[in-house]
Amino acid sequence: MNIEEIRKLFPMITNNSQKKLVYFDNAATTFKPQCVIDKEVEYYTFYCANTHRGDYDIAYQADTHYDEARKIVAKFINATKKEVVFTSGDSMSLNLIAFGLIHLLKKDDEILVSVLEHASCLLPWYKVCDIVGCKIKFIEVDENGNITPENLKKAMTNKTKIVSLAHVGNVLGNVNDVKALAKIAHENNALFICDGAQSAPHMKIDVKELDVDFFTFSGHKCYGPTGIGVLYGKYELLEKLEPYQLGGGMNASFDMCGNVKYLYPPEKFEAGTQNIAGAIGLARALEFLLDIGMDNIYQYENELKKYCVSKMKELDNVELYNSNTPTGIVAFNIKGVFAQDGASLFNRYGICVRSGEHCAKLIHNFLGVDQTIRASFCFYNTKEEIDYFIEICKKGGDFLDAFFA
Amino acid sequence: MHFSLSNEMMREIIMDHYQNPRNKREESDPSYQTVYMDSTSCIDKIYIQIKVEDGIFKDVCWHGNGCAISTASTSIMSELLKGKTIDEGNKIIDNYFNMIHEKPYDPEVLDEAVVFMNTSRQPSRIKCATISFRGVRRILGGNEDE
Repeated sequence: MNIEEIRKLFPMITNNSQKKLVYFDNAATTFKPQCVIDKEVEYYTFYCANTHRGDYDIAYQADTHYDEARKIVAKFINATKKEVVFTSGDSMSLNLIAFGLIHLLKKDDEILVSVLEHASCLLPWYKVCDIVGCKIKFIEVDENGNITPENLKKAMTNKTKIVSLAHVGNVLGNVNDVKALAKIAHENNALFICDGAQSAPHMKIDVKELDVDFFTFSGHKCYGPTGIGVLYGKYELLEKLEPYQLGGGMNASFDMCGNVKYLYPPEKFEAGTQNIAGAIGLARALEFLLDIGMDNIYQYENELKKYCVSKMKELDNVELYNSNTPTGIVAFNIKGVFAQDGASLFNRYGICVRSGEHCAKLIHNFLGVDQTIRASFCFYNTKEEIDYFIEICKKGGDFLDAFFA
Repeated sequence: MHFSLSNEMMREIIMDHYQNPRNKREESDPSYQTVYMDSTSCIDKIYIQIKVEDGIFKDVCWHGNGCAISTASTSIMSELLKGKTIDEGNKIIDNYFNMIHEKPYDPEVLDEAVVFMNTSRQPSRIKCATISFRGVRRILGGNEDE
């Protein structure tokens, strides 16, 4: 993996090479390689037509590319093409699952989650509980933020119908042993839903090996376009899942008496004109990742994380919350400095980090602090950038400098 | 006179209000109007409480958590509006928003609040510096656009 060569493929990096720009907010979104941008433009400039049933050549081309995109996504997660639904993003995928399962849930059923989950992995279930009368239960997390198989077993009851967890936590970067967790869920006849927003961009995903029932992720965190995401479901479950958007492109027939027949999955869930350019662009991004190699990416990002942690541990003004997790997320605070003031200081020196609760508003129950600064690395980041970041960490006490710059 | 304030002095004023915020308390008296201010672009969570009587800000207080900029600007706002008429208060808020956006403003009416004159150079902090002023505007029912 030649990082310098890879960096040249990202216009956000080359266009900003004159000023200092260190982008450490990759858990929020990622820069796009030129090939992804070109692929989207290709759709808009060479075969811009709607998919489904076009009776002319460019519509056929659009159909073919859209279909090919689905195949590439399937390959990326080791699924079959018909198990891949395009959505607007991870949030829509998770909402689609939650609302689509309502008819299979009843009062007093239990849904297991954790306090570390992102809002999009929690709030749809809160709503479902309001509607159906089922209950949210929280699985205990260990000191690294992981859900251990033992703790999941303890939380399971005969009322547990769904276990919904992130593969990789978006604040701590912890990796859950999803395969073991899914097995426990299945032994108890519960469904296992895996939010892959923070794992799909950073490690090899094999949904067959993990044996999860549903797996979701966003395109824009995988170096692809915004507004496109993926919902994977085992086919027999996609057949049971109710669509929550109805319209053109998802029905087989309907009459004046209100009878409607839906198309089979995945089309059943893709009402209306889809984000065609987005799907095609996402597929290009995933090919780009596969070319670099997911194992290479994981290993390199793990190296960056370890390097950053070792440097931060030498500083006495930094509080670090997740030194043991393997992925490229560092959650920390500068002692005595409100997280947003800290993030502003980094911004003053051209470093992009994020402050706050990172959409995981229950996480203070685990960390004991409300706000953290999150630096999140990916494969186009370098140890030199981390060295620079460490120098700015040392300036923590001068956080108002940012305001008088 | 305000223009002679050095960066160092402005910095000290901000730090003083951040570390010793004025009028920071939670008021349970129902005659106070309360607004809760937060936003997705900012991690501050601030409650502003005002008591208006005979067209005058009889009291202004606040509670919650925020960064240095939002805490200090809220503290300064509370001192600035207390005892003023609604019209005077609105004039202060208008001038403050103008200052933040580098439009012509009257520094005399802003008093200590001029320490935030540099905010426009740090656009990501505009929400922090204006949170309490927008909060008061929301209670008064006026234009919240900075």
